[in-house]
Amino acid sequence: MTGTNQKPKILVRNLNFHYGQYHALKNINLNVDEKKVTAFIGPSGCGKSTLLRTFNRMHELYPKQKAVGEVLLNGKNILDRKQDINKLRAKVGMVFQKPTPFPMPIFDNVAFGVKLYERLSSKQLSERVEWALKKAALWSEVKDKLPQSGLSLSGGQQQRLCIARAIAVRPQVLLLDEPTSALDPISTAHIEELISELKAEYTVAIVTHNMQQAGRISDHTAFMYLGEVVEFGKTDKIFTNPDQRLTEQYITGHFG
Amino acid sequence: MERHFDQEFSGLKDRILAMGKRVENAIEAAIEGLVNRDQKSLEKVHKFEEEINKNHVEVDEACLKILAKQSPLATNLRFVISVIKVNADLERMGDQAVNIAQNSRLYIAHEPIKPLVDLPKMAAEVRVMVNEALQSFVSRDVDLAKKVLRHDDIVDQFKGKIFDELVEIMSKDGKTVKRALELILIARNFERLGDHATNIAEETIFDVSGKDIRHGPRNSSVAAR
Repeated sequence: MTGTNQKPKILVRNLNFHYGQYHALKNINLNVDEKKVTAFIGPSGCGKSTLLRTFNRMHELYPKQKAVGEVLLNGKNILDRKQDINKLRAKVGMVFQKPTPFPMPIFDNVAFGVKLYERLSSKQLSERVEWALKKAALWSEVKDKLPQSGLSLSGGQQQRLCIARAIAVRPQVLLLDEPTSALDPISTAHIEELISELKAEYTVAIVTHNMQQAGRISDHTAFMYLGEVVEFGKTDKIFTNPDQRLTEQYITGHFG
Repeated sequence: MERHFDQEFSGLKDRILAMGKRVENAIEAAIEGLVNRDQKSLEKVHKFEEEINKNHVEVDEACLKILAKQSPLATNLRFVISVIKVNADLERMGDQAVNIAQNSRLYIAHEPIKPLVDLPKMAAEVRVMVNEALQSFVSRDVDLAKKVLRHDDIVDQFKGKIFDELVEIMSKDGKTVKRALELILIARNFERLGDHATNIAEETIFDVSGKDIRHGPRNSSVAAR
């Protein structure tokens, strides 16, 4: 269940997660491979977003949530309290379901995180912003309106702005929690192309309800159900001939 | 916007073209083996067929993955479905080349019953059909596909002529029957190769226009005119 035979960026070992009394993740073991796209699929409430949030300790924002076990990033357990959470989040960026641009100029949206972590000259900062916007395939659409508010962009553009903001701090891992579920098909196609491009340099973990999307963009897929990983392996295999009956039922829509 | 899976589609085209080249090579080796009475050339046909079989499995696997993962629609969907069918045609063509090689081996083990004139011409026509059918498919060229369909009539005429001639030889001399039958089977296999090329041309028309002309009025070559 854990093996993909590649170079793992994140190793999850015996991870359990509780929301108060509720046991949301049950003994999870898997690898997220470096410079690959790993998709997490499963019905609502299966724990996929919870798992993703442990990868940068986003769960700590909420009370009564507890992760026990190991999530090793580059071999170090990020759940360890001694790990600096700000540095961790610079290494592991996250983009959410709903675009979350800050109510400030487009330029500042992208520069915001960079200013927190690095001291750059204004020229260097401009270069970094341009680089991130180009990586996020948004530069040509916004280069003439950088002082405008990020909120003035369309939904698809806002989401690419959030991706630009996440990669501007040069993270190692990008977590995407249903990044296209609020977008139209054209914007979705843009983001999917972008993800395929980004994996040349980044490790990507994505939660998606869109099965076809997982098929199109991911190298590995984990199917989760009731807080457990039912099946994990190459997307090619999972989508053509899964080992588990439950996986088969879920991806063919015969579930429940 | 170019999509990531466009590359996978062009990869499929390359595979189909490479497979078609092997089919052409197999046909060439088979007819040369027969005409030059060359065992070694006939053995080559089996080698080509092994490669074609390997390609057959690979292309099917690639199509399965594309269907499962990319959920292609419209033109993309028709293309993948067409590739699956063309792939099956090419595999059968490899088998037919092997049949020709086997009949040729039996034929050249004995004295010839006649000089081979029409069979090499028929084989050359079939090779052109195969080549043009695949070109039409990968370049989505409906005019070229229609040319292939018309060409099939020429191949059929060759078959009729060869059959008539061999029947006459057999009826005059009973000792030629076994050898004449080998040649008849060879001609029939070349005709079948032409039919498979026709299938590929029909797939081109389906792929480009969405029109299924396979079982049109009388036959497809008429429909193509």
